[in-house]
Amino acid sequence: MDHFSQGNINYPPQPRSDAFSDPTTQTLNPIVVGSSVLAIKYKDGVMLAADTLASFGSLARFRDCERLYRVGDFTVLGASGDISDFQYTTHLLDTLVVEEYYTNDGHVLKPPNIYEYLSRLTYGKRNKFDPLLNSYVIGGFDGGEGFLGYVGHLGTSYQSSTIATGIGAHIAQPILRKVVEGRENTITEEEAIQVLEDCEKILYCRDGRSLNYYQRAKITAQGVEISGPHKVEGDWQYGVKFGKYGNFK
Amino acid sequence: MVTRLEQPRGGFNFDNFQRNVSLEQKGIRIPKPIKTGTTIAAIIYKDGVCLGADTRATSGPIVADKNCAKIHYLAPNIYCCGAGTAADTEFTTALISSQLELHRLTTGRQTRLSTARSMLCQMLFKYQGHVSAALIIGGYDVNGPNLYSVMPHGSVDNVPFMTMGSGSLAAMAVFERSWRKDLERQEAIDLVKDAIDAGIFNDLGSGSNVDINVIEKDKVDIYRNYYKPNERAPKEKVYKFKRGTTPILKESIKDILVITEGVEAMDIS
Repeated sequence: MDHFSQGNINYPPQPRSDAFSDPTTQTLNPIVVGSSVLAIKYKDGVMLAADTLASFGSLARFRDCERLYRVGDFTVLGASGDISDFQYTTHLLDTLVVEEYYTNDGHVLKPPNIYEYLSRLTYGKRNKFDPLLNSYVIGGFDGGEGFLGYVGHLGTSYQSSTIATGIGAHIAQPILRKVVEGRENTITEEEAIQVLEDCEKILYCRDGRSLNYYQRAKITAQGVEISGPHKVEGDWQYGVKFGKYGNFK
Repeated sequence: MVTRLEQPRGGFNFDNFQRNVSLEQKGIRIPKPIKTGTTIAAIIYKDGVCLGADTRATSGPIVADKNCAKIHYLAPNIYCCGAGTAADTEFTTALISSQLELHRLTTGRQTRLSTARSMLCQMLFKYQGHVSAALIIGGYDVNGPNLYSVMPHGSVDNVPFMTMGSGSLAAMAVFERSWRKDLERQEAIDLVKDAIDAGIFNDLGSGSNVDINVIEKDKVDIYRNYYKPNERAPKEKVYKFKRGTTPILKESIKDILVITEGVEAMDIS
């Protein structure tokens, strides 16, 4: 099966294969990947959710991969896409946090700073044809209210009260928007947990690269709290329970 | 002169293949089909089936029709939602609808869903996916309410709820969240409306209004434009120009018709 005979023959970029060329030093295609990340703003702050799966193509390779990463005291970074690039980014952010610490000037890295940093980083790398193949969700609490931003692999960035990456953008985003939009200051923690749980359940049903265990991160004035892995009950009785199992009945 | 009509040969017809290849090599592109870019959804509830669809037809990035009808008639007790290429869904359903009518006259019985399903999937398979019609057939027959989804390549699924089209993921999320067995009629209509609504507002290929069809035993209710969340705001002022805005400099009236009284003999030479 030749997938590339139609369309752009220069994509995906192929490694140069003659003996005189240098080895490739950039991620060409995402290899080990994470699926969707969901995030919403609610009354007390923001909440993120991501399943704990890192897939290797169609193989569910790493079922305990933590895709929600704490940065400093008030920010959580969620990532979907290539895991190696995510690990590179978290390493960079670690270095950044340490540098801020030993500079010791009373300033700390806040969510908008992390957001801006990642936005510049990804855009710069994309311009050099060496992209970070990730979709990042930056969630945090700053200045008395929640902060929620998205940074993509092209350097696109925006802020919104609901964010969903990957297949979640098609499946979960409509639900998040319906429940959250307009009610960011009144939606309670229980409702927020419920809507994220519902969406993770639906994603487990309809996303072919998902898992029934997910992590949740809550960022409020009190700080960061990453909980999980929580289990999701999948309902596979569709059709059978209903008595409609099988075709041509 | 007598011409003899040739009996159509069975099987696939590849006569135009060589011509198409040579045309393409000359640089002539096959015109891109117009897709509907759609959200269609249907569910089975306690007493029947409820079908829903948005009303936007797109031609690339342009909205070709702001209020088209995507729920097609197949039989008095069977209706079909269609996504994909507009012409394909329109003509395929019309063709099968007329075949079903002839079938009804032959059998003398109410059409069954499985008949409609078989005719559609066999036709679509014959065309190997080139007829880009993704259909959801819903109806009420002797076996009760039933729902089938038919894919462009000819595969069929018998399902309790289904969505199709570019907005199908948004609509399916709504169904996965809230569908239960044995919903009441109004609950079912509300659920389908919410699903199409999710497609309309979260998918760029879908938009405008929601059409709903409810099929129960011996009863069909068609709610064209059941829900209109995108009505154009009324114009705030009257923008007509007053008489006299353009000054009249000169007036000249000529009679085009000349009316004469009398009788003239008809010229029959």
